Amino acid sequence: MTTLTETERGTGAGRETAPGLLARAGWAVADSWVVARRYLFHLVYKPDELVGTLMVPVLAVLLFGFVFGEAMGAVMGAPGEEYREFLMPGLFALTMAFGIGNTTIAVVTDAGRGVIDRFRTLPMAPSSLLVGRSMADVLSAVVDLAVLAGMGLLVGWQWHNGPLPALAALGLLLLLRLAFTWIGIYLGLVVRSPEAAMKFFSLVFPLAMVAETFVPTDTMPDWLVPVAEWNPLSATVIAARELFGNTTAAASDSWIAQNALLMAVVWPLVLLMVFVPLAVRRYRRLSR
Amino acid sequence: MTFVRDRAADPVISGEGDRAMAPDTTPAHDRADALAILARGVRKAYAGARGRVALDGFDLAVAPGSVHALLGPNGAGKTTAVRVLSTLLRFDAGDVRTAGFDVARQSARVRSRIGFAGQYAALDEILSGRRNLEMFARLHHMRARAARARATELLERFGLTEAAHRPVREYSGGMRRRLDLAASLIPDPVVLFLDEPTTGLDPRSRAQVWRSVRNLAEGGTTVLLTTQYLEEADHLADRISVVDSGRVIAEGTPEELKSRIGGGRVEVVLSGAEMLSRVEEVLGRVAGAVPEVDADALLVRVPFDGRGAGLAKVVRALDEAGLDVEDIALRRPTLDDVFLSLTGHPGETGEGEEPS
Repeated sequence: MTTLTETERGTGAGRETAPGLLARAGWAVADSWVVARRYLFHLVYKPDELVGTLMVPVLAVLLFGFVFGEAMGAVMGAPGEEYREFLMPGLFALTMAFGIGNTTIAVVTDAGRGVIDRFRTLPMAPSSLLVGRSMADVLSAVVDLAVLAGMGLLVGWQWHNGPLPALAALGLLLLLRLAFTWIGIYLGLVVRSPEAAMKFFSLVFPLAMVAETFVPTDTMPDWLVPVAEWNPLSATVIAARELFGNTTAAASDSWIAQNALLMAVVWPLVLLMVFVPLAVRRYRRLSR
Repeated sequence: MTFVRDRAADPVISGEGDRAMAPDTTPAHDRADALAILARGVRKAYAGARGRVALDGFDLAVAPGSVHALLGPNGAGKTTAVRVLSTLLRFDAGDVRTAGFDVARQSARVRSRIGFAGQYAALDEILSGRRNLEMFARLHHMRARAARARATELLERFGLTEAAHRPVREYSGGMRRRLDLAASLIPDPVVLFLDEPTTGLDPRSRAQVWRSVRNLAEGGTTVLLTTQYLEEADHLADRISVVDSGRVIAEGTPEELKSRIGGGRVEVVLSGAEMLSRVEEVLGRVAGAVPEVDADALLVRVPFDGRGAGLAKVVRALDEAGLDVEDIALRRPTLDDVFLSLTGHPGETGEGEEPS
């Protein structure tokens, strides 16, 4: 009898009877992973998304590291290699922010093609589609960071405080990416077309720049300084610089600069607390 | 091995639960559970400024194992109906049971028993056909090996084995539609929803989809499809519900719907405009009805019940009046006529353009 029920379950394609909470949670994880795998396959079969994301920061390494960098570094009193050390954590964070574009476009494209409808008629956990996408984004961000770090090592960037703080810095960057991913998912569910998503993406650009990314915020106009300092990107960039032991700007005495490490954790968590419920609610509302 | 497993699932061997149920003497068609789909008084208004009412007292009963078509023009509410019945869309009022379960309260159970193929092939463009099917199978909670086997089987069944490893973006429209259909069949659904399954397909691909739908129905799957092609409904469906303005305005077999507007029409094409009024007078007298005159086409048309004998009568009357006509024919009614007489506006033919 035992063997019979077991084999029966083996063939019961999605016909399982009222699973318990634990089983449901297990399926939610399994479903999310299936969805995540889908997006990871995309990176393999159609690597232009990955290449596209990396293009800007890689070009930025060359452009800002070698072309404008001398001038920018001279202003800061950090010429050449020193400026490139300062630059790399900024570019890491910039890449995390640019991920928003890919996420939004992927989600809105799925919604437009009816792919999301098919997912929604499947007996899968409803959150799995969104969770799977965010998992895949964070995993692809690991690839982004690896490529960029390799690039950085080539131009003279390195970590000085040993591997553990360096890993902590990478962890903070990935946490930021996770938070941005959910912003992207939410936007993807709100906008109607990839074209509209592109417009949002053009906003990401200045947002990613008005921060500690390329220059210390105190070199900016006075009115912009608080905006740049409270930009979620800034906290992560400053924290990453500290953890990597890279060149930092002349110690700013503002609260946020003093508490960058704390804010590099708090900011992404706040964003997640706002955008995860928003995205999930929006996804549910697709059935209205 | 599979056979052994199937038998294990058979209630005679493994289940006591089924025996606990008292034998039901109610005729099958009277029991809500026995119907594949039962919708009563469904109302659905879309949120938003205009608040368009898409379904307004929509009723539907679909017998298991049948092919049922929702026929209607764009904006009639067909797609909304299918989305409500397949758990994709919430509704404001009414009762809906699909595959024996309440759509509003037991949507998970409904979902494990239905397949859905929407207007646009819902596939991952970048993945291969095989990976698409495997992914959806995994999301139906099949184990990896079972998912692979199911994908192989469906690819073969839909003639896609050779294209299995190509990314879907390289597929033709017909291939996409077939793969989409295959994906909707992964769980071996009790009820399959097809929203405009052949829109935008060339005639050959359309014939292939039609064949697949008929095969499915022969295998016992209940199919609910929407179409604005009258010929498609006529060709595929056991029963047709004509939908207009969010409700079913007529329901029946294709034959029943056709017989609603009488036996047929006699059409007479003239060789010259000068005879129009005299032919009109003769036809009106013989048929006992007011003829319809199309002066540009030199055509006079009159409803006529008498079948073949009626045609002979008309020919004799025209001959006696000395009227020489170009062509005379008895036209059997089409679903176009049904649609025109039911809604007051013409439906769209199979040659119509794609819906916008």
